[in-house]
Amino acid sequence: MHSFVYRLNTLVTFAAVILAVLCGAASFLDAFNSPSVRAHAEVIKFNRFRKQLSGNDEVSLTLNISMDLRSLFTWNTKQVFVFLAAEYETSKNSLNQISLWDYIIPDKDHAKFQAQVANKYPLIDQGSNLRGKKVEFVLHWHVMPWTGRMIEGKMAVSNFYLPEAYT
Amino acid sequence: MDWQGQKHSEFLMQILLVVFAVVAFAVGYAIESFQMMMLIYASGVFLTALITVPNWPFFNRHPLKWLDPSEADRHPKPQATAAASKKKASKQK
Repeated sequence: MHSFVYRLNTLVTFAAVILAVLCGAASFLDAFNSPSVRAHAEVIKFNRFRKQLSGNDEVSLTLNISMDLRSLFTWNTKQVFVFLAAEYETSKNSLNQISLWDYIIPDKDHAKFQAQVANKYPLIDQGSNLRGKKVEFVLHWHVMPWTGRMIEGKMAVSNFYLPEAYT
Repeated sequence: MDWQGQKHSEFLMQILLVVFAVVAFAVGYAIESFQMMMLIYASGVFLTALITVPNWPFFNRHPLKWLDPSEADRHPKPQATAAASKKKASKQK
């Protein structure tokens, strides 16, 4: 406390430590949020199902997605990243996960919606295993906070079968 | 600042910062706004700096009593020549 600069230094250091404690406390309270997510996704039609020149199957579809992610948002949430993954099993891989569509939800008001979209990213297999395949839709979300730990979650939404023959 | 003032300044700084932090957290949590918490805390830090860091007169209410100049003259500092003559004596031996 002997000079102006000394006091300023003490204040800035103490304020920074307290700021770290505040952020830690805000992030800690996030763990007590028990969310209840509702979602539904279904295939409206298969736009294209073909075998590429490389030998891999490719699917393009139109989806009807609806979800209610409002309970994921806390005061410490900056945005929620959500994506819909198609999961299936082949003889080569026990689990294939392909992201078909994703979206960034900036706040709670935008967290409940319904959309009819074509898949943003194509469903391309490693090989040619998709004819008649059973595929499961799983909705994944990443809750990104202002400070602290990012929380991930997922929920299986529905199943569908791919056509037996190429279109 | 004097010694009492320094003690008061440090005490005030710690109390004010902690109080502002607690208030900021409580208000932010209650109205569910992270931005508001940061805003309240930042203005609290600024206010605390304004109160405790500069050398305000109310931190100088117990000024130190420095020695009177006339009293200091009666006890002069020892001269350098006395030390020099001592050295010469020991060398001659």
